Amino acid sequence: MIITLDNITKRYGSFVANDSISLSVRSGEVHCLLGENGAGKTTLMNVIYGLSKADGGQISIDGKAVQFASPKDAIAAGIGMVHQHFMLIPAFSVTENVVLGLEPTLFGDRLDLDAARKRVRDISAQFGLEIDPDAPLEGMPVGIQQRVEIVKILYRAADIMIFDEPTAVLTPQEVIEFFKIIESLRAAGKAILFITHKLNEVMEIADRITVLRHGKVVGEADPATTSSGELANLMVGRPVSMLVSRTEAKAGDVVLALENVHVTDGTSKLALDGIDLVVKAGEIVGIAGVHGNGQTELIEVIAGLRPIVDGRICFAGGDIAGISPRERHRRGLAHVPEDRSIAGLAVTMSVAENMVLDSYYEPRFSRFGRIDWSSVRKAAAQLVSQFDVRTKSVDASAASLSGGNQQKVVIAREMSRPIKLMIAAQPTRGVDVGSIEYIHKRIVEARDEGVGVLLVSTELDEVLALSDRILVMFDGRILAEFDSRTADRSLIGLAMAGVVTQSQTHAPEIAP
Amino acid sequence: MTATTLSGRAQTVFLDPALVRRNRIIGIVLLVLAAVIASGFGIGVEGNAAFNLTPPRALIPIGSLIVPVAPYVLVIAAIIAFMGVRLLMKSGSRYANLLLGIALALAITAFLTWATAGKSLSLIGLLQATVVRAVPIAFAGLAGVLCERVGVVNIGIEGMMMAGAFTGAVAGSLIGGVGGLVAATVVGGGIGLLLALLTVTYRLDHIIAGVVINMLVLGITSYATSQVLVSNRALNQAPVFRPIEIPYLSDVPILGPMFFSHNIFVYAALIMLLSATYYLFHTRLGLRARAVGEYPRAADTLGIDVFRTRYINVMLGGMVAGFGGAWFTLGSVGQFDENMTAGRGFIGLAAMIFGRWHPLGVLAAALVFGFADTLQQKLVILRTPVPAEFLAMAPYILTIIVVAGLVGRARAPAADGHNYEKS
Repeated sequence: MIITLDNITKRYGSFVANDSISLSVRSGEVHCLLGENGAGKTTLMNVIYGLSKADGGQISIDGKAVQFASPKDAIAAGIGMVHQHFMLIPAFSVTENVVLGLEPTLFGDRLDLDAARKRVRDISAQFGLEIDPDAPLEGMPVGIQQRVEIVKILYRAADIMIFDEPTAVLTPQEVIEFFKIIESLRAAGKAILFITHKLNEVMEIADRITVLRHGKVVGEADPATTSSGELANLMVGRPVSMLVSRTEAKAGDVVLALENVHVTDGTSKLALDGIDLVVKAGEIVGIAGVHGNGQTELIEVIAGLRPIVDGRICFAGGDIAGISPRERHRRGLAHVPEDRSIAGLAVTMSVAENMVLDSYYEPRFSRFGRIDWSSVRKAAAQLVSQFDVRTKSVDASAASLSGGNQQKVVIAREMSRPIKLMIAAQPTRGVDVGSIEYIHKRIVEARDEGVGVLLVSTELDEVLALSDRILVMFDGRILAEFDSRTADRSLIGLAMAGVVTQSQTHAPEIAP
Repeated sequence: MTATTLSGRAQTVFLDPALVRRNRIIGIVLLVLAAVIASGFGIGVEGNAAFNLTPPRALIPIGSLIVPVAPYVLVIAAIIAFMGVRLLMKSGSRYANLLLGIALALAITAFLTWATAGKSLSLIGLLQATVVRAVPIAFAGLAGVLCERVGVVNIGIEGMMMAGAFTGAVAGSLIGGVGGLVAATVVGGGIGLLLALLTVTYRLDHIIAGVVINMLVLGITSYATSQVLVSNRALNQAPVFRPIEIPYLSDVPILGPMFFSHNIFVYAALIMLLSATYYLFHTRLGLRARAVGEYPRAADTLGIDVFRTRYINVMLGGMVAGFGGAWFTLGSVGQFDENMTAGRGFIGLAAMIFGRWHPLGVLAAALVFGFADTLQQKLVILRTPVPAEFLAMAPYILTIIVVAGLVGRARAPAADGHNYEKS
């Protein structure tokens, strides 16, 4: 079994997402497709899987040309795909999710769930996946959900398996488990196409590597004869430094102190269960953890977007429970939210409007309830040049900017006033490498100017690169604390999965 | 390195302040309710209430249920007060909604007993009418379930039913009852097709599409009634389907007259609700339909045609609504009046939510609404001191209470109301 792509081209209007891409994957081989966000990896996968149609080029399986009008055709040809965002239905059981679209039936279209269950059990046993066919999907850990996705593909007897950023949502421990599954699939003779932007994974799992940049194949490599540095340069198109240069932190007074903070997730379940946390001026405190362990609630309660149930939050010397988000801004809080397109920006509004969302009411922009647009534009233009935002004009809509430039708008706005504390949540998610470097530099600069930074990121590498102290959140609590100079990656990984040793247990300093 | 421990820990006992507050409020409401019942309906009321259990025209009389009013009402008040006190003491209870529901049901029986004091009320008649009045609501609710399970919000059920009622009357007058019923179903399906076209293909907002359909049908039928039907009486004299007694089953006491001596609309509603349950939860196509309503992109990646599934189910929903609409004319009075559906389509949507998007839940909810509707009529006959206008509000007030308070955390299909675009 071999799948060959020959000069695949896909355009969206004048934008070329895939430009004459050719590659092949053989049975029993893991072929890694490496590229930055926006390099065209997902577009290529959608073409292979029949979700979108190529404008040019040819796909062939075992030398025979194939045409996929829909995923149905691709599935019939033996292609299976694990999407970056799982295609699973939370309201259904494992079995229902697996058989959906190819259901065994009895008379009168009646579902044969018994036969389906047996198949799920068989496949799960064959590849050591340990899946309970009757478990509801709701509330299942992502690592297990991913196995359900794999069972789903195997149930359809796929020989060519595509994984789109499969490790993005996993803990380091789950990644190890996942790689074992990949090994057993490779041993079973599956052809595996593995899409990622993480270099260390590529070096670990790949038999062959293809690097994509701006929709083009820019290089092919053999993991035995290449290095991650070379791959990084290839992926970005210029030499990149993977390290953030920074000096030792000079921590000052406490700017933020949380004492025994409890918060619910909106129902009666506790999302934060007794958080103690201190951030001092001039230090970066990194929160590591798998998404969904209370980080969102932590950010929101500090920003004033979520009511506190129990405990105290002191910011710049005073208790801020019950104080509005705007007043918190005035007292020197900056908030770079997790999802810039939802909470960070009003994407349909212009860059200039977005730049003053926090300050439009101030006398310099607003007189007698009327906004002075010329001074807004002037201030925005200054921020645009100061923060290197690449935009046609300050009147362009925020939606027209790339992810990296959108994020720079958010950061520019939040740093445009005097601040004491900056919450940076996922500051570089979906941002190109060039902008990542720039944003990291800005965060470190802010620290050096005496701002306390609370960095929340699910990317462990980012937390390691920036933080002075590292706290690991698990299940609504801070489970462990590490000093970044002595931090051990694997121990942090274990803590992210809920496993700690006595010596790391987080012992908060008592706020003065 | 010291001992490694897995951080499994017991969740600390924790009371959500919102839940506690809500339970306190419900507890106080129950106490007030108990006081109102005891003082208003119990103390000082003399005599017995007679509930007749024998259906009209029955050969063997079963007799009546004689209830002494004051003792019964006081016992009910005491039970409700007890539940209220319990909620105030155990404010972490998760059964507050259930208790509230039971208390309301008991309060209604107390009220009914009081209203019947010194008189007699046909309980069988009350229950029979409940079923009849539940029919249009059940059809509307089922139409809603079929549409929303595939992710299309159908506010247009009211209009679909009105179109069914109108078509049933006109076609029924021309070609007979069965022909009228078929025509109403086809017209309902046609409007379903229109809704699917607007929402699925043109991705219009579902609420706007539904409102447009309602206004369109109201306008057309009202115009046609005043301009055509008034001057051509022959076009608005449809035959009415007669009740069919189901052999043996209709002789069962209480249940027989309640469910098995009605016209075909009641039987059709029961059959459709049962088949819809089978379809949605036990068949291949039903699984696919639900998948489309939950996560259309996932369904799409598995080769399920999202658009076709939505079209088919929305049209099915339209057909059910059209069929149900024919009840107003062919199953009831035989002629069409302007706006004769009077909001039943919307109450059907409330029944859908109350019934948690499940056909059998819709049946139960429809019976509750049917009961409220019937009670209102019976109370007017009993000449209670409560103004008739106030009683006429009962079904709508119940709708608000049910949708706002009692439903709890019923969850709509995840993609309900969301348009789907292929990537």
